[in-house]
Amino acid sequence: MALNRDDTSPLFAPGVAGTLRLIVYLALACVLMVLDHRGDWLGNVRYGLSLLVEPVYRIAGLPSQGFQAATVAFADRQRLTEQNQRLREDLLLANAKLNRMASVAEQNQRLKELLDTQHSLSLNVQLARLIGVDLGSFRHRIVLNVGARDKVQPGQVVIDARGVMGQIVEVMPTTSVAMLITDPNHAIPVTIERTGLRTIAYGSRTGDSLTLPNIPVSADVQAGDKLVTSGLGGRFPPGFPVGEIRDVAQTPSGTFLSAQAKPAADLDRSEDVLLLHDLAEPAGPPAPAPNVGPPADLAPPPGTPPAATLPSVTSPTATPAPARTSTAAPSTGTTP
Amino acid sequence: MNKVRVRQLWFAATLLMSLFLMLVPLPGPLTPFKPYWPALILLYWCLQSGDRVTLGLAFCVGVAADLFDGILLGEQALRLTAMVFIALRFRSRLRFFPMWQQSLAVLGLLVNDRILLLLVRVFGGDPLPPPEYWISPLVGAALWPFVFLILDDLRARLRIHEA
Repeated sequence: MALNRDDTSPLFAPGVAGTLRLIVYLALACVLMVLDHRGDWLGNVRYGLSLLVEPVYRIAGLPSQGFQAATVAFADRQRLTEQNQRLREDLLLANAKLNRMASVAEQNQRLKELLDTQHSLSLNVQLARLIGVDLGSFRHRIVLNVGARDKVQPGQVVIDARGVMGQIVEVMPTTSVAMLITDPNHAIPVTIERTGLRTIAYGSRTGDSLTLPNIPVSADVQAGDKLVTSGLGGRFPPGFPVGEIRDVAQTPSGTFLSAQAKPAADLDRSEDVLLLHDLAEPAGPPAPAPNVGPPADLAPPPGTPPAATLPSVTSPTATPAPARTSTAAPSTGTTP
Repeated sequence: MNKVRVRQLWFAATLLMSLFLMLVPLPGPLTPFKPYWPALILLYWCLQSGDRVTLGLAFCVGVAADLFDGILLGEQALRLTAMVFIALRFRSRLRFFPMWQQSLAVLGLLVNDRILLLLVRVFGGDPLPPPEYWISPLVGAALWPFVFLILDDLRARLRIHEA
């Protein structure tokens, strides 16, 4: 290949056209980024192009799958036996605990029925598997093998055997993307189990721990305290383990305590995860009561003369007296 | 005719391969050491056949990478376009550098790329990344001679085969 076949690649002189094109492309990229950052634009595009993207995810996930298969295939017999033994013991222990819990749960159920609360202990879950795909460096997201076709919705909570992992942020037809609780952009409302203190756990910069930056100075927080979801905010149901506090220190300003916590879930080891189907009970004031009263079609149309009978939209305390009928009816029944 | 087609196929295949490599995860502790494959492959093609790599192509590869990545559409398009522009401008000089100088140049380009990424993310409201963030360009530069030689060798072999 000749070095200088033409003038397109001169040794030193820069081309003006090239710079212009660069500026055009950079501007285009910036416009794309702003559009995507403002509106949730990329999600729609990706949903449309998921026919192309999803197979690529599956193929890109193959090496890690193969790696796991190879570890199992080449693992020595003794280790597998040991693992099997350990799992058996775990299962035995879990079953024993469950048996004890069953009676308690039943009792709890009866008491709750007495108290007339809706909250139940049963879990409505869906099993999902991780697809081993790397979504960019220092992004704490995972890809799951279930999607819109399996009725997955954004906002569903992802848990594993030990605790909360994160929540679904993006759904494609057969895959979905979940954001882990350690993502710097993620926050989860928690309660400190021992004291009942409510606070918020944020993801951290390094991505392997949780930060609780605003605990009141007077609060009683110690290393080793367990964090569970508080159910506030209406996204995460209450009572799921989130993590364990590692250390507590004052913030540089001295107005708050700041704690570091280790996530309870095996964020980088879990292969099978559970998607919770029922979301938390909605927080905040109850929904406005529906419009009670007789259906609107029972009311006489505005144009017609008042009927002889009393319409039932009068105030409940007022007992209809025959003498007042003629005066009350036009004012309440015929006004639209 | 056939030769040209095979070459184009090879060109497209390497670019697709780089996108795949970007998605394939490394085992946990090695994750920060993952080089930015699309950049390395694009740089190789910039230096080897600069008339095939244009800014438009870099932009398209970047948008495709963003689609797979799913973070922010246009982020990698911006980074790859900027990098290819610099590489194309200094192409005639970069090509005749000895390998270690080329590696240093690649290191500079990759660090510049990381700075761009940092700017984009900070503008987007993300916190500053941990120090491991800066390992990847070093790995990329260390891998550069091998990437270059392997791709060159494969290209030479393909040429022999199709002749």
